[in-house]
Amino acid sequence: MPMVEVAGKEFEVDEEGYLVNLADWDENIAGYLAQEEKVEMTENHWEVVNFLREYYSEYQIAPAIRVLTKAIAKKLGPDKGNNKYLYELFPYGPAKQACKIAGLPKPTGCI
Amino acid sequence: MSDEMDMEEGGVVKQFMFVNRKAPYGTIYALEGLEVVLISAAFEQDVSMAFIDDGVYELKKGQDTKELGQKNFSPTYRALEGYDIEKLYVERESMEARGLTEDDLLVDVVVMDRAELAAKMAEQDVLISF
Repeated sequence: MPMVEVAGKEFEVDEEGYLVNLADWDENIAGYLAQEEKVEMTENHWEVVNFLREYYSEYQIAPAIRVLTKAIAKKLGPDKGNNKYLYELFPYGPAKQACKIAGLPKPTGCI
Repeated sequence: MSDEMDMEEGGVVKQFMFVNRKAPYGTIYALEGLEVVLISAAFEQDVSMAFIDDGVYELKKGQDTKELGQKNFSPTYRALEGYDIEKLYVERESMEARGLTEDDLLVDVVVMDRAELAAKMAEQDVLISF
């Protein structure tokens, strides 16, 4: 599988650009993955990415978009837990893009 | 994304029961079964899960897979609630035969006798066994 070098560290990604080893993840790598997705990271982007990492560490899966939206609404309020807000941050699919930047696998059921 | 598909208004809702009979590791059935259930949640059907025979072990607390070199996916059963899959049935006979009680399980379940569970199965439109 392809190797990528970021800030002097090498890491492996799969054919779709997802990080292979979750443990390799750091903010530099997230920055690189965001760049690949053409997403300019702001505080609001990081909030979603960090939320996803917490979700994954608790449940060991990347959530489906519907589940992510609901979980974010519960934790950060309805202003952020809705499709419009999340698609503005991650136009090509919040679950897909934000999961990739968070170093998580592609969400189950996401094709 | 498949979970972005628009469902037809007023589509038919069927009762699906996923029956889990195997121990969590050693075969791929338990993990694949769980993934299918998570995917099925996107289709807004009436989904339940039954845990019978060694399938009861899938829900056991304190799973440690370090020596197996496999991912411990048991925390994912706790995510089912967020997917609106809340009907989890455990067969009492299977649970008791393995020396387990409800307190040993990761999630809230409904424990049913074999006969009750059989009746529940008879009500389903679709039964899928893993």
